[in-house]
Amino acid sequence: MTALDTDLVSVALRDPLALIAWPVPRWEALIRQARRADLLSRLAVALKDARLLEEVPAAPRAHLEAALVVAQAQEEAVRREVSYINKAIGPIGVDIVLLKGAAYLVGGLPAAKGRVFSDVDILVPKQALPEVEAALMVHGWATTHHDAYDQRYYRQWMHELPPLRHATRATVLDVHHAILPETARLKPDSGQLLAASVPAAGDMRFRVLAPADMVLHSATHLFHNEELSHGLRDLADLDCLLHDFGLRSGFWQELTERASDLDLARPLYYGLRYAMQMLGTPVPREALTAVDISHPSRLLRPLMDALFLRALRPDHPSAADHLTPLARRALYVRAHWLRMPPHLLAYHLTRKAFRRRSVNAA
Amino acid sequence: MIVSDLSATELSRRLAGSGVRLRTGPVIALVQSPLPSVGEGIALHYSDHRLGEPEEFADFQVRVGPPPNIRRWLRPQALFHFDGKQPFKPLPAEQAFPMLEWGLNWCVSANSHQYLIVHSAVIEKQGRAVILPAPPGSGKSTLCAGLVTRGWRLLSDELTLIEPESGNIVPLARPVSLKNASIDVIRRFSPQAVLGPTVHDTTKGSIAYMKPPVESVRRSAETARPGWVILPRYEAGTAARLKPLGKARAFMQLANNAFNYSLHGRRGFEVLAGVIERCGCYEFTYGNLEEAIAVFDDPLRAG
Repeated sequence: MTALDTDLVSVALRDPLALIAWPVPRWEALIRQARRADLLSRLAVALKDARLLEEVPAAPRAHLEAALVVAQAQEEAVRREVSYINKAIGPIGVDIVLLKGAAYLVGGLPAAKGRVFSDVDILVPKQALPEVEAALMVHGWATTHHDAYDQRYYRQWMHELPPLRHATRATVLDVHHAILPETARLKPDSGQLLAASVPAAGDMRFRVLAPADMVLHSATHLFHNEELSHGLRDLADLDCLLHDFGLRSGFWQELTERASDLDLARPLYYGLRYAMQMLGTPVPREALTAVDISHPSRLLRPLMDALFLRALRPDHPSAADHLTPLARRALYVRAHWLRMPPHLLAYHLTRKAFRRRSVNAA
Repeated sequence: MIVSDLSATELSRRLAGSGVRLRTGPVIALVQSPLPSVGEGIALHYSDHRLGEPEEFADFQVRVGPPPNIRRWLRPQALFHFDGKQPFKPLPAEQAFPMLEWGLNWCVSANSHQYLIVHSAVIEKQGRAVILPAPPGSGKSTLCAGLVTRGWRLLSDELTLIEPESGNIVPLARPVSLKNASIDVIRRFSPQAVLGPTVHDTTKGSIAYMKPPVESVRRSAETARPGWVILPRYEAGTAARLKPLGKARAFMQLANNAFNYSLHGRRGFEVLAGVIERCGCYEFTYGNLEEAIAVFDDPLRAG
């Protein structure tokens, strides 16, 4: 079996209609890969919307239906959670900009359909952080990292507070003041993102990033992430956003111009390239030409393709080849490299290595 | 074809190779393991279970094998794999078969959310099921094992699968886990019961599995209507006694013991309320298994 034709999840997301004719063993591999990639419920929703769910053979359909139950519950949980967040932060008069999954959901976007949620992410102005953190603490959120080094790591270098966990609900909230670490090579200006944010269509108490910025954040997050085991889920988000916004007039030009303004043309280049290659996302030629100037050098491009086209696949043995572990490792190092300058990175990794050793020894 | 149609050699060859498709109620698990104790455990406890066809859809692909590191030579261990992931820490190799059992329970409770899943034993007679939710140590498994050796049908000793549409219970007849003192209790109570070797020093103490009765395995496609919710409690030296349990408290017992009650939201509430509505609800204290079974066989049948 050659690995490069067995990413069944991408195949399925591209063309749900074709699934109906699949033989059972192929369904079996698809369900496993999709579960591992956190895309089982996305797939279930795609089939349901196409009125195809009933056509799926009963055994795999049971798994899709189970995933729909989870997706529905998570959707309700996120809606409740953002309400609690508003109750805590609303009174201090700071605008809450929802990011990622919560933004897609409250913004009423198709990208929320069947998405698996983990934490809620919000963006607030950096100068409002102390106030926001205090308000959240009064309402039961507490910091999760108690180690002094971790606190410094987040507060001095990162783009977010250490994750906050609610004492009774155990939900996790990430409060961001930027979309990339302070130490990262690329420096998108948070002020511009906040200024362009728009009221969320589904609930005017919240704001979400403007369409172009939402796409740029999704791409930036994906291509700076150390861990790509859920990379395909994030790429599917990007695919949904582009399908949806791509129909609005002027969107593509706005997107590419905004990418250069915010210093995010390279992640957008990768995002468009791999969304097209893996998920068949429709991207107009002009948009491609506009970001093509940001491509990596010709020498580097085949290497990046070899790495990303492996690491973005479902993290399941049936979708991997012998180079997949190496690709994941290499991209882990790359992401750290992009997130921190070399001296800081060396210091940080040394700290982490020593700490891991002492934890293991204990 | 059932498991005992395979010779021991053929079973271990398949387990070490492409795996064996074990049908347990609505679930087919594709099990792989190169470890002899897992093969022996399956041969003993699953001998009456149907094997899936080679192309039949397997719900869960699991593997119990040695971990891929140097420690395997120092202190043999077993690691559970599910879809290329290792959800649990490795255990000593002697615990490989219990690990398979725990792992299979986990696969269902963590994934099969098309059902409302309650952590409880469940048995059936004449089409009506008795749900026995109770914390560990309450004697729930002992009672369940005792009852199924005396003609009650085993639906499950751990996982009550409720079909939301119908409110019926879907059987998942698998080996019954017996812990510590209850292993000898059942050996004495029912000398014909088939028990596997006792594995010591697990996180749950000593553990042995009882093979499910052949009738329960054969009828594992037959669902049952919930008839009673009974909260068992073993208390040394007391007479077997049923005491009515308020419906609200019975409801909370089921909800608190459900793995995925919150995932089902409003529908979960309605399904459980429907179950409680139809059930006779009791607390049950017993100090002697023989007496306990007489109580179950007698007044319960009357309604």
